[in-house]
Amino acid sequence: MDRRGSLLGVVLLLTVVSWLLVPGQSSAQPPGAPREVRIGVVSFLSGPAAPHSGIPSRQGAQLLIEALNAGEVPRPYNTPGIGGVPIRAVYVDEAGPVDKQVTEFRRLVLDARVNVVVGYISSANCLAIAPVAEELRTLTVFSVCGIQRVFEDADYKYVFRTRAHQIIDALGIARYVLLVKPDLKTIAGINQDYAWGRDSWATFKETILQLKPDVRVVAELWPPLFSGEYSAEIARLLAAKPDVIFTSLWGGDLESFVGQATPVRLFEESLVAMTVADNLLVPGPGRFVPRGIVFGARGLYGPLTPETTLSRWFGGRFRARYGYFPIHDPFNYANSILGVKAAFEKAIAATRRWPTVEEVVRAFEYLEFEGAAGRIRLALGNGHQAVEPVGFGIVRSFDPTKREVTLERVIRFRVECVNPPAGVKSLDWIRRGFPGAVCP
Amino acid sequence: MQWAIVLLLAIVAPLLPGWTVFLLSVALAKALVVLGIGLLMRGGLVSFGHGMYYAAGAYGVAFAMKLMGIREALVLAVLGLVAGGLLASVLGMLLARYRGLFFAMLNLALSMMVYGALLKFYWVTGGTDGMAVRQATFGGFVPPAGLLRVAYFYLSLGVVAIVVSMAHRLVRSPMGYLLRALRDNEVRVNYMGGWVEQTIYRVYVLSGGLAGLGGSLVVLNVGHAVPDFAYWSQSGEFVFVALFGGYGHVLGPLSGSILFEFVRSYAYKVSPYTWQLLLGAMLALVILFLPEGLWSLVERRMARRDRWGWSWRPSS
Amino acid sequence: MTQLALIAVGGLFSASWLFLVSLGLTLIYGVLRVLNVAHGSLYALGAYLGSSMVLVALEKGHGVPVSYLILLGAALLVGLSVGPFLERVFLRRIYQKEEVLVLLLTFAIFLMLEDVMKLVWGVQPYVVNAPYVALGVVKVGGVRQPAYPFLLTGIAVTMGGLVWAGMARTRFGKLVTSVIEDREISAALGVNVPRIFTGAFTVGAVLAALGGAFTAPMISVVPGVAVEVIVLGFAVVAIGGLGSIEGAALGSLLVGFLRSASVHLFPELDLVAIYLVMALVLLFRPQGLFGRAEMRRV
Repeated sequence: MDRRGSLLGVVLLLTVVSWLLVPGQSSAQPPGAPREVRIGVVSFLSGPAAPHSGIPSRQGAQLLIEALNAGEVPRPYNTPGIGGVPIRAVYVDEAGPVDKQVTEFRRLVLDARVNVVVGYISSANCLAIAPVAEELRTLTVFSVCGIQRVFEDADYKYVFRTRAHQIIDALGIARYVLLVKPDLKTIAGINQDYAWGRDSWATFKETILQLKPDVRVVAELWPPLFSGEYSAEIARLLAAKPDVIFTSLWGGDLESFVGQATPVRLFEESLVAMTVADNLLVPGPGRFVPRGIVFGARGLYGPLTPETTLSRWFGGRFRARYGYFPIHDPFNYANSILGVKAAFEKAIAATRRWPTVEEVVRAFEYLEFEGAAGRIRLALGNGHQAVEPVGFGIVRSFDPTKREVTLERVIRFRVECVNPPAGVKSLDWIRRGFPGAVCP
Repeated sequence: MQWAIVLLLAIVAPLLPGWTVFLLSVALAKALVVLGIGLLMRGGLVSFGHGMYYAAGAYGVAFAMKLMGIREALVLAVLGLVAGGLLASVLGMLLARYRGLFFAMLNLALSMMVYGALLKFYWVTGGTDGMAVRQATFGGFVPPAGLLRVAYFYLSLGVVAIVVSMAHRLVRSPMGYLLRALRDNEVRVNYMGGWVEQTIYRVYVLSGGLAGLGGSLVVLNVGHAVPDFAYWSQSGEFVFVALFGGYGHVLGPLSGSILFEFVRSYAYKVSPYTWQLLLGAMLALVILFLPEGLWSLVERRMARRDRWGWSWRPSS
Repeated sequence: MTQLALIAVGGLFSASWLFLVSLGLTLIYGVLRVLNVAHGSLYALGAYLGSSMVLVALEKGHGVPVSYLILLGAALLVGLSVGPFLERVFLRRIYQKEEVLVLLLTFAIFLMLEDVMKLVWGVQPYVVNAPYVALGVVKVGGVRQPAYPFLLTGIAVTMGGLVWAGMARTRFGKLVTSVIEDREISAALGVNVPRIFTGAFTVGAVLAALGGAFTAPMISVVPGVAVEVIVLGFAVVAIGGLGSIEGAALGSLLVGFLRSASVHLFPELDLVAIYLVMALVLLFRPQGLFGRAEMRRV
């Protein structure tokens, strides 16, 4: 409680200081610039998705926006705010039914008058928000949600996604597993019974069976979302003894699973591949990462983050303030905001004045910009959908005080290996045997 | 009375800020579901599963658009009504025999199975990611962007006006009085020759149809249908709003629904981190101090004439 | 053979947990005629307080064995403080109103407590599994199983027995029974009905918190744990018969074994298993397995 209180104090102080530091009307601003750029930031602030996803996301967004306003971010983002104009963030809770989210989006745009909306973690929300963003002609940048349908089934003008879709996670981990365990014979899956779990397992299974058709599936388990109690599932997995167990569990469910599977040594019996293992690094008492699991972080984030000027800066700042190295969610939110800044400034450079939304959108399409952890390229969905590399490693050790893991046998897959080429739907691409893929 | 309110809403709406118009359309559409639930509650039956009819309407629209290519808003709304009504007419045959909490619980169980089905048949329904519902047409036209939301609003308002006036008439009809008598004492109604099961069945189907109609209008406004529409917490919310507004008068659900949506949006806005606390506190206050709903405030101020037709008060 | 053994053990675990979370619910319904949605919040409070107290104790160097007592203490603390508070401040005001109104009031309490817990414990997850790990592992059909769930079974049986014995053998229990039978006549005979209500609600609250406190070592305690408990508890209670303790036991066993069997035999059914049982039971026996058919008043 006390720590939270003082943290809040620090946050408030930093906000005030950053406000004071920002020059009122800098001469660097282009003509026609508004007093501020308002960004709506939407993430889960309550409910089960808050601790591991929503709150870290908000932390990342807040840290970056404050640093941008203060002009403290390293090159190429060292100009204050966006085009010299300070950013003001409006935070909204993503929890609640989908009609509520659509209402809140409209309120953000029409009442809070935000210029840009950034965020969204739930795929259902992304699918519901995209057409509304189009209708309101509001630049909207999705940060974490993974469903490939957003840009594979529709074309959007005002909507972008600055992270790769979820195919890279399950496909990448399937390729990784085949590389480290070439004699693989049996697989099993334990995934939550909802769209993310279903899609993840389908991608994993399909990829494995494409690349090694003689593999046998021995168990497909579907615990309900947020059930938290997996002893029956774990017993079945122990009895089935598969070579590899795939799981896309995340958040509290993943932690409960790890907590219950460790004492019965499931992670020693089978190679367990977790696509969202970085969730285990969020601070909190008693939490740990088991040895010997395949560790995924939905891209090159967390312990897999490449060394760049920006990643060193962002990771260092984030750790200093929140006590752990950022997992994928804060990086994803930061990337969305950096993408917005890059697009705006590219449009300003072209027009030499404050750009219209359409001009920003044009500048954003097919943009390649320096993200918080490596370069982001908007290559799919007519230049609206990012492609990213992905990497995995096996956990050798875990340091609970620093909340860091050491990985061995790290393999990184380049963009061309795990992302489908433009114009090809992901699932068709997998079924056709990955035409055009460049893989190790 | 209700026409004055409808007229007022119709005149004021285009002048309101854009997101308010949207909020009102959704609130009006949900008011239909609440109205149906309120009718059942007049008969002493509380359903914690009407989310399934709401979902039936919403998915009915989504499938009609996807498979049959129907895009006319009014046709889709009627389809939602039919979808909800059909499902209710099948399940109602079982449910009309139940009373009290058993009725509530069985509705809940069935709605959770509908939820499970929507989630399980993900290759048809898209699972929890849901189904998109495209832009509807109005008499063959797609309204220009600036007028689109207003068009949806008038659609919701028009439907609500018709339904409310019909419900008002129903409440004052012999069937309406029979319903109220059922709540007080079913056995006596039976002895007096009242057609108990038939009345309950009819009202149940009607309320299912209204929930379907509401679901179809909501999904036309929102543009996305998800299995959560059938989840128990959604059904619970409808019951809540019915009590919040007060189901003693047909305008209770309407005002309750509108107020609830505004209050919730306000709570999201002023305290994004603790909106549940705000919402919960407000709801607790209403239950403790206005147990007959917000509309009872209005009623207390109104003339007492024709009280019999206006309202019902618990006898115990 | 192994499979059968695993199904049996899994079913027993699942059933114990379900019974623990539904016992208080059915008790409160039986006495007060209130379906308590805030039961989930009390469960979550027990889980949060239990894990944070065990955490402090472990940091201070107390051994793991003490932690089981601490979990029990946390449950008592939550139940004995929050229980009477909720009953006296909120519920008491509207007992004379319809059941559904009271139910919705408990829902409002649930919403408020959800954020209160967020303000007190923050949103960070709590994983305090030392009590879980310390009990070690047993082999069932050649497959390793955690021993902790057997403790849960023990607690569930003990609590069920205590409540049953308390109802049948103590003065308070007899008074409670008389209030269950007929509130008005009991009051007329001089039974202090409001006190019985407070007492029964408090016992129910302790049971809810106990369920949460002893589940906490198995799971990651995060916001939203309350929600899942509510509907599962309701389902079990509806299956067994509202207000019936034997019913809750049988309902838990039925659902627990079906869930366990579905994991091993038809994993696709896992999500809907409980509602399937509920719908089937209610269709053929609307008052639940052990419920009494309500008398129709003329």
